[in-house]
Amino acid sequence: MRFSGLRVLKEGLTGNKGWKAHWRDPDPKAEYDIIIIGGGGHGLSTAYYLAKNHGLKNIAVLEKGYIGGGNVGRNTTIVRANYFLQGNSEFYSHSMKLWETLEQDLNYNVMLSQRGLINLFHSDGQRDAFARRGNAMINQGDDAVLLDPAGVRKMLPYLDFDNARFPIFGGLYHPRGGTARHDAVAWGYARAADQLGVDIIQNCEVTGIDIENGVVKGVQTSRGAIKSRKVGIVVAGRSGQVAGMAGMRLPIESHVLQAFVTEGLKPIIDHVISFGMGHFYISQSDKGGLVFGGDLDFYATYAQRGNLPMQEHVMEAGMTLMPMIGKARVLRSWGGIMDMTPDGSPIIDKTDTKGLFLNCGWCYGGFKAVPGSGYSFAHLMATDNHHAPAAKFRLDRFRTGVGLMDEEGTGSQHNLH
Amino acid sequence: MRIKCPICGARDRREFYYVGDAMALARPDADADAAVWDDYIHNRDNPAGMTRDLWYHESGCSAWIVVTRSTVTHEISKVELASKVAGKMTGAPV
Repeated sequence: MRFSGLRVLKEGLTGNKGWKAHWRDPDPKAEYDIIIIGGGGHGLSTAYYLAKNHGLKNIAVLEKGYIGGGNVGRNTTIVRANYFLQGNSEFYSHSMKLWETLEQDLNYNVMLSQRGLINLFHSDGQRDAFARRGNAMINQGDDAVLLDPAGVRKMLPYLDFDNARFPIFGGLYHPRGGTARHDAVAWGYARAADQLGVDIIQNCEVTGIDIENGVVKGVQTSRGAIKSRKVGIVVAGRSGQVAGMAGMRLPIESHVLQAFVTEGLKPIIDHVISFGMGHFYISQSDKGGLVFGGDLDFYATYAQRGNLPMQEHVMEAGMTLMPMIGKARVLRSWGGIMDMTPDGSPIIDKTDTKGLFLNCGWCYGGFKAVPGSGYSFAHLMATDNHHAPAAKFRLDRFRTGVGLMDEEGTGSQHNLH
Repeated sequence: MRIKCPICGARDRREFYYVGDAMALARPDADADAAVWDDYIHNRDNPAGMTRDLWYHESGCSAWIVVTRSTVTHEISKVELASKVAGKMTGAPV
């Protein structure tokens, strides 16, 4: 079933009785060519590109909960390609290009809105650093514009420009950045993968990974054993536990990141605004809610909820940046579990076990990476070769020290990235 | 979340700075193998359950403390001065 304007019109005139479930609900088969553990954004996009780009048909995605219930439905929906370091830069650039054709590709409205993203700065030194970042983005082929205070004021007149602690010196404007509806991204990939024959199996928890003589043979699940010669682990915050089933100890510490949404308001914030000095960022959803967040709660946790001190900090930062936000009422807050690495950059790599692959370490930047991550991970799993845009996301960079990508230069502490 | 500092008593979480897994106290010998140092600096057990973290009582007595805590419920079952724990730690927390 393809979506089209004509179809929407027809269904609207005939009582919307013709719509079908977006994907099947199959029982697991005894064996697959490839098993993806984890039905989040990255797992679903991996399955989709395995089927689409590499012609593989016999693929299963095993999801412990339900599609859209994890981080892919908990993030703040921002997409961007504004990284500085080589390795990250080309990867996010590739992912951004995939975003721009994703809706036609999936035949699904993911509500991609390239409304522009602005990173604010508050000192001469920070301006120089952002000018340098902007040049790196342009060199990568992406877009960046350095705005002076008047330029920012034209776009964001409601900010507190003369704040005593953080006066606004300008901003780095990334016009192609924006937002996408996160649930629709999960559903769109799930539906498109399903149509290419991928079995999406929900409520199926992996409880063990079968390995014989260093070669992966399959997985044990809450719905029985499933054989496969290739298994990909794509489980974000739970990477440590699942990799532990294969005897691996990962450079990952899991932390909670909170997010918040206000009641629906009329359009007021037209862009994505990042106030790095206050650890605060915000955009407005198409439904009208102000969607915002801040930093990690900072201690290792698996609780998908946060604590009050960080909520207080985020609200204070919001009030500092845009006092008008004080009139909005917060509706909800929630948390997602982030797989934090020691350098803040991800891992897409093989493991020491033949046939077992690893995709993790997205820290709190995984959503914008969903298309690129799946594309590159599918390439690695199908061909055994690293895909060029993600070729630097190697697990052994921590052991060798070669190719560490610490964007913020905060050193080897998981929660500081 | 409140943490019971062995010196100051129960205090708000905001007084403390989280440093990371308490395995930081089990520092390898300077001439240990590179793989040992890699494991120490980067790799973590990252348990969903009981763990031991190292915290610093930044806005209090400046003590370094080891907190035994559940990463699932946030319940704290033990707080010790790091100075009493250091030296007894051997790698991964139990």
